[in-house]
Amino acid sequence: MMTMKTRAPRFWRCIPQRYNLIGTHCAACDEYYFPPRNICPNCRRDARIEEYKFKGTGTVITHTTIYSATEDFERQTPYNLAIIELDEGPRLTGQVVAPPGEVKIGMHVRPVFRILGKEGERGIIYYGTKFIPVEG
Amino acid sequence: MRPVSIIGIGCTKFGERWDSSLRDLIAETGIMAIEDAGVSGEEIDALYVGNMSAGRFVEQEHIGALIADCAGLSRLHIPSTRVEAACASGGLALRQAMLSVASGYQDIVIAAGVEKMTDVSSGAAADALAAAADREWECFLGATFPALYAMMARLHMRRYGTTQEELAEVAVKNHRHGSMNPLAQYRMEVTVDDVLSSPMVADPLHILDCSPITDGAAAVVLAPAERARRYAEVPIRIIGSAQASDTLALHDRRDLTTLDATVHAARKAYDQAGIAPSEIDLAEVHDCFTIAEILAIEDLGFFEKGAGGSAIEDGLTSLDGPLPINTSGGLKACGHPVGATGIKQAYEIVLQLRGEAGSRQVDDAEIGLAHNVGGSGGTAIVHILSR
Ligand SMILES: [Zn+2]
Repeated sequence: MMTMKTRAPRFWRCIPQRYNLIGTHCAACDEYYFPPRNICPNCRRDARIEEYKFKGTGTVITHTTIYSATEDFERQTPYNLAIIELDEGPRLTGQVVAPPGEVKIGMHVRPVFRILGKEGERGIIYYGTKFIPVEG
Repeated sequence: MRPVSIIGIGCTKFGERWDSSLRDLIAETGIMAIEDAGVSGEEIDALYVGNMSAGRFVEQEHIGALIADCAGLSRLHIPSTRVEAACASGGLALRQAMLSVASGYQDIVIAAGVEKMTDVSSGAAADALAAAADREWECFLGATFPALYAMMARLHMRRYGTTQEELAEVAVKNHRHGSMNPLAQYRMEVTVDDVLSSPMVADPLHILDCSPITDGAAAVVLAPAERARRYAEVPIRIIGSAQASDTLALHDRRDLTTLDATVHAARKAYDQAGIAPSEIDLAEVHDCFTIAEILAIEDLGFFEKGAGGSAIEDGLTSLDGPLPINTSGGLKACGHPVGATGIKQAYEIVLQLRGEAGSRQVDDAEIGLAHNVGGSGGTAIVHILSR
């Protein structure tokens, strides 16, 4: 498959961010960015950008359970996908590891390091952040 | 800027066209539009073609030159440009053609759209379509297109009490409209039960909440309004044309139940046309999923935010209702060859405004709107057409 040649390096390029939820923070306006931005849209030339490791805890804003996926994810179905608002403010898309039907809007989640996907039959395995419900 | 009119239209049969190549579809629709306008090849100043992903679907790029070639225009050396804005590529081609005529730089310009999607497996097609989302921060995490719209649907249901039955009613209506359109991919009607009992794709969206994989092409011919009567008995004026963008990733949007790009494009188009949403007689909106039609009729200003689902269930947007939506059958039943969709929408509105829509004709249609969306809302394009 042609995707195999192109995807792995593209994925690896963002490994610090994907593995550890590393983003940025603008000290001038106190805004957090994930994925990292090196230009703050609020402050532009006056920005003071620093690296920031997100706690990873957040809240489910909305979610779905996927029963029919693209080829690379077909073996994982059904799986939950959600838009999560991190406690620091930014939103991201990620999987929530839980039985279908147990993910709810407003649910608190925390990050876990997991296999994200695999390309093709003998393809490369890649890792990243998924989320699990926080008890209570 | 000078006023612009549509003087000719063409559209192929939509569906799984296994016997037709991308080239066949282009030639078929190009000839129809050129003959309908009654222009000669020598008069054509430029071509714009909307195409999302021929590179992925048929491993062919350089679609600009290809369409001129297939339409038999290669010896005239007409400039031909491919434009891409995912599922809004067709709407973008129409807009670029309109701008070129409006500026006075060119006179007779063709806007076309084409997509040949069934030469690859459905999994490969889904992956090609997923390229309209954010590959790095949505798709790599397992997002699919239905999943993104499912997450919008979930939040709309939570906030406004929209139900799965109301979502299903969009499909029921559009299939009923499609049953009256000889060019539609699906001519069969469906019931709410059919939709709700069809396999789940991404909860709460079932397979019958999703638009299909489709082959098809469409084309329209534009001319300066002052010259339009020379070619067309009923030239259709483009009285509004606007385009807006937003973040590529859904999670970065201001509000997950509003397509701000649609709101902005619509506002600009209404301003240009000097009309209010209530003056629109019919509209073709981007119903790639049933929830997308509900969002569209709210964001275009036809109904209050949150009232879209009940408006559809109450029949307000049916062919015999006060504001018929998607008389062609929409993306849902007419089909969604992504690059062609925006042009097919304009084709349907022109047909209706000319009074040539047959059994699905809207009485006394004077003003129609076409609304085309790229991805999950990163691009929106709105055109308003008038008799
Ligand atoms: Zn800043």
